[in-house]
Amino acid sequence: MAQAFDARAQQTRLTSRAQQALALAKRLGADAAEVGASVDQGVEVSVRLGEVETVELSRDQGIAITVYVGQRKGSASSTDAGDDSIQATVEKALAIARYTGEDPMGGLADAELMASEIPDLEVHYPWALSTDQAISLALECERAGRAVEGITQSDGASLSTGEGVRVYANSHGFLGTQKGSRHALSCMLIAEDDNGMQRDFAYTTARDPKALRAPEEVGREAAQCTLRRLGAKRPATGSFPVLFDPSLASGLVGHLLGALSGGALYREASFLCGRLGTPLFPDWFSLEERPMERGATASSPFDADGVQTRNNRFIADGKVASYMLSAYSARRLSLTTTGNAGGARNLRISAPLQTPEALLEKMDCGVWVTELMGQGVNGVTGDYSRGATGFWVENGKVQYPIEEFTIAGNLEQMFANLAGIGDDVDTRGSIHTGSWLINAMTVAGN
Amino acid sequence: MTQLDQAASILLTPGGLDLDSLDTGLSHAMGAGIDYADLYFQRTWQEGWVLEDGEVKDASYSIDGGVGVRSLAGEKTGFAYSNQITAEALVDTGKTASGIVRSGTRLSGQAVSPVSAALCYPGIDPLAGLSAADKVAMLKLADRVARAADPRVSQVSASLSGTYEVVLVRASDGTLAADIRPLVRFNVSVIAAHNGRRESGGAGGGGRYSMAQLRDAGVAERYAKEAVRQALVNLEAVDAPAGQMPVVLGAGWPGILLHEAVGHGLEGDFNRKGSSAFAGKMGQRVASKGVTVVDDATLADCRGSLSVDDEGTPGQHTPLIEDGILTGYMQDKLNARLMGMAPTGNARRESYAHIPMPRMTNTLMMAGQDEPSDIIKSVKRGLYAVSFGGGQVDITSGKFVFSASEAYLIEDGVITAPVKGATLIGNGPEAMGQVSMIGHDMALDTGIGVCGKEGQGVPVGVGQPTLKLDELTVGGTQS
Repeated sequence: MAQAFDARAQQTRLTSRAQQALALAKRLGADAAEVGASVDQGVEVSVRLGEVETVELSRDQGIAITVYVGQRKGSASSTDAGDDSIQATVEKALAIARYTGEDPMGGLADAELMASEIPDLEVHYPWALSTDQAISLALECERAGRAVEGITQSDGASLSTGEGVRVYANSHGFLGTQKGSRHALSCMLIAEDDNGMQRDFAYTTARDPKALRAPEEVGREAAQCTLRRLGAKRPATGSFPVLFDPSLASGLVGHLLGALSGGALYREASFLCGRLGTPLFPDWFSLEERPMERGATASSPFDADGVQTRNNRFIADGKVASYMLSAYSARRLSLTTTGNAGGARNLRISAPLQTPEALLEKMDCGVWVTELMGQGVNGVTGDYSRGATGFWVENGKVQYPIEEFTIAGNLEQMFANLAGIGDDVDTRGSIHTGSWLINAMTVAGN
Repeated sequence: MTQLDQAASILLTPGGLDLDSLDTGLSHAMGAGIDYADLYFQRTWQEGWVLEDGEVKDASYSIDGGVGVRSLAGEKTGFAYSNQITAEALVDTGKTASGIVRSGTRLSGQAVSPVSAALCYPGIDPLAGLSAADKVAMLKLADRVARAADPRVSQVSASLSGTYEVVLVRASDGTLAADIRPLVRFNVSVIAAHNGRRESGGAGGGGRYSMAQLRDAGVAERYAKEAVRQALVNLEAVDAPAGQMPVVLGAGWPGILLHEAVGHGLEGDFNRKGSSAFAGKMGQRVASKGVTVVDDATLADCRGSLSVDDEGTPGQHTPLIEDGILTGYMQDKLNARLMGMAPTGNARRESYAHIPMPRMTNTLMMAGQDEPSDIIKSVKRGLYAVSFGGGQVDITSGKFVFSASEAYLIEDGVITAPVKGATLIGNGPEAMGQVSMIGHDMALDTGIGVCGKEGQGVPVGVGQPTLKLDELTVGGTQS
C-alpha cells in the first residue's frame, strides 16, 4: 500500500473530532447530539487474462452529526473533517432541526443502556501487502482457474484489502471506537458451448488474511462452478421442493430479519406485524445473534445508538421470540431496544443439520438453486418471486443444470415449509447457515 | 460567468488551484509509460427530507467532494483519489495512479481544448429554489392528499431529495470540461389495509431541474394519488400465473426491460472483453423488425441526461438497435480506443472516488404504429404489466429479470383481475425477438431509476411505448 494506516492515530484523531463536534453542538444550542465518524483505507487490484487491469487505492472518511433541539431532529454529514467543515456541518444540522416536526419518541437511547463493556473483539488484522504481492495473488487465482479445461474466457480475479476505524459518541458522554479489517479474493470465469456462454465466480473473504482460502483453490472453484452450468435447460413449470445453496439461504434469513426489524414493524411494512410469540418455523429451528463473538464478521460491543449489544434469540423453537429493535423503533412499538440499531450482528442457526446429500435425497425431485436474480421480495406481504439458476434433481440425485426459471411463494409459508438445513455452513458473512430445503414452491420455466 | 469558470471557482479556488495549474497536476498522473490520464474534480451537496406519521421528523444534508485521478496504459488503469483538492493531493494521487506501470516513454499532454457542449439542463443549484418551510409543506400536502384519498390508507411516507453537483474534467488528450448537474426527486409510498390484508403502493419522479419546478408541477398531489391507487389495486390482487405466456408491457417505466435485456449487454467494456451475450453481433439481427433502441443523454432535463459525461465527452443520441439490427455500443474513452471506435458520451462514475465505466443514460425504444388497445385485444391469455420494481441481468448468459409491482391478467383480449407482483425472466437477445407489436404511445419514465454496476450507482432514465412480447416466463405462484 502507498501509505501505512496508523489505526491508533486515526482512533485518537476521530475521537477528538467527535468530541469537538459534540461540544460545538451543545454550544450552538443542541439539547442532545450524536456523532459517527469513520475512516477506511484500502487497495484493490484486478487482473484479467494474466495482466494487471486496475490498481485502485481508496481512502474514505466521513463525519455524521445528529442534533436534537427539544424534540426536533436534524442531521448533516461531510467527507471533510476539518475544523471549518465540522462547524458548517453542526450548523447545518441545527438549521434543519428548526424545520423538522416534533417527535415525542425521538432522542438518544437512555443513558443507562450505553455500553459499558467494550472488549477488543479481535476484528482488526492489518495486512502488510505490497501492490505487487496483491497482484501476484490475484494472478495465481486466475491462472489456476483458467488452467481448468473448458474455461474459454475470464472476467478476471481481484484482491482487495482494507482496514478502518469508526467512532460513535453522544452527549450522554458515551464514546465507543472500533477498528476492523476486511480482505477478499474473488475470481469470475467464462466457458462456452453451442448453447452460449456461462459465467460463475468464487470468492473468499475474512477479517484475518490468514483465514483466506488459497488463491488456486478459489480459482479452481470458480472454474468448476462455471463449467457445471454449461448445457443448462429450462425446467418444467410446476410445484416442487427447492434446495437453497448456503449463500442464498443466508438471503432468506436476511428477509426474515428485515421483517423482524422495528423500522418495518412500526411502519406496518412487515408481514410479521403482531406475530411476537407465534409459530413461524418448525419447532426444531432457532435463530440467535452473537454480537460479541471474537473475530467474527459483524462483531461489535455497541450498536449504532451506543447501546450495549447482547445475545438475542429472534426465533426460539420455531416461534418469533424477539423483534430486532433500535432505541427509536422500540419506543414506537412500546418495547425496549434489543441493541440492534444498525442491524443484526453474527446470526447463528440452532437446528439439527444434515449433509447436502441427505437433503437431496429427502427432496427426491425438485430444484437445487445456486443463484438468484432480481429483487422480487415484498416485505409487506412476504410475497416472493425471483429469477433462478441451478440444477434439476431427480431420485435424490443432481441430473443437469437448469436456468431461466423463477421460484415463487410466500415467505411465511416458505418458513413453515422448511424441511431441513445442511451442515455445509457458509461462514463468510454475518449470517452463518448451511443449505435450506423448502417444500412446495412454484417453479416457472417451460 | 461560463460553467467552466463557475466550476473552477467552486472546485479549484478554495484549495489554491486554478485552471492553469492543472497542467502541472496532470503531469504527475502522466508518468512513464502512461498514455492517458485525467483529473476529475467534483463537489456534491445533497439534501433529503422525509415525512412519516404526518410529520417531517428527520432531514439530512451532506457535502462530499474531492478529486479522482486516473492513469491509463493500454488496458491498465491506475486510480487514486483524495477528498482534498490541493496541489499536494494532485502530486500524491497522480504518482500513485501512474504507478500502474513503471517504465516507458513519458508523454506530454495535448494542449488544452475546452469542450463545447449544448446544455441538456440548467446549471443551477436545485436545492436553493425552495425554502425549508416550502419543502416541509410539500411533504405535508402529499400526506394529506394520500390520507384523504381513501380510508383504507394506513401509512403514508413521503420524501423530497435533491443533489447539486459540480464537476470539472481535465485530461491529457486536451479535454477541459465542466458540468453543473441538478437532480431532484419526490416520492410517496403508502400502505393500505383492508380485511386483515395489507399492501403497498408507491409513486415518484423528478429530473434535472429545481425543487421549485418539482413543486410547481404538482407532484405532491399527483404521486400521493398514484401511490394510493396502486396500493388499492394491489389489495384486490389475486395470485399471479406461472409459466410462459404473452406479456404486454405498458409505456414508460416498463422500459426497464430494455435496460436489462439489451442495455447492459451493449456497454463497451463487456463487448471488448467478449463477456456479453451480444459480443460479436454488430450488424446482426438481435431484435424483431421495428425495434429501434437508442441511448439518449440529450433529452431535456431528464434524470439520466448528461451535457457532458464524466470524461468530458458531450452527451449524445446513440442508436443501439435500428429496426432490429445491432448498430452501436455505448463507449467510454478507454473501451472506445481499445475497440477502435469513438467514445459516445457514456462514461459515468458514481463519484470522484470511483472509476468511470461505460454506462447507460436514458435508454429508449422508439414508438411503433400499433394502437395500444389493439395490442391488449390481440392477447388470449397473458399478463399486462404496468409498473416494475428492480431488475437484473447476467450479461454473459443474457438472462435477465424484472419484477412487476402492478400487473393484470389479460383474458380473451380484455384486462381483467389485478395480480400480485411477480418476476419476469427471459434471455435478452431472444426476448427482443419476441416483440411482435409496438405501440405509438412512447413515453418516458417519471425519473426514478438508479442503475447499479460493479457497486456503483448512477441515475438513469428509460422509456418505451406499449409493447407485446409473444412469450416470456412469468414467475407467479399459480401453475
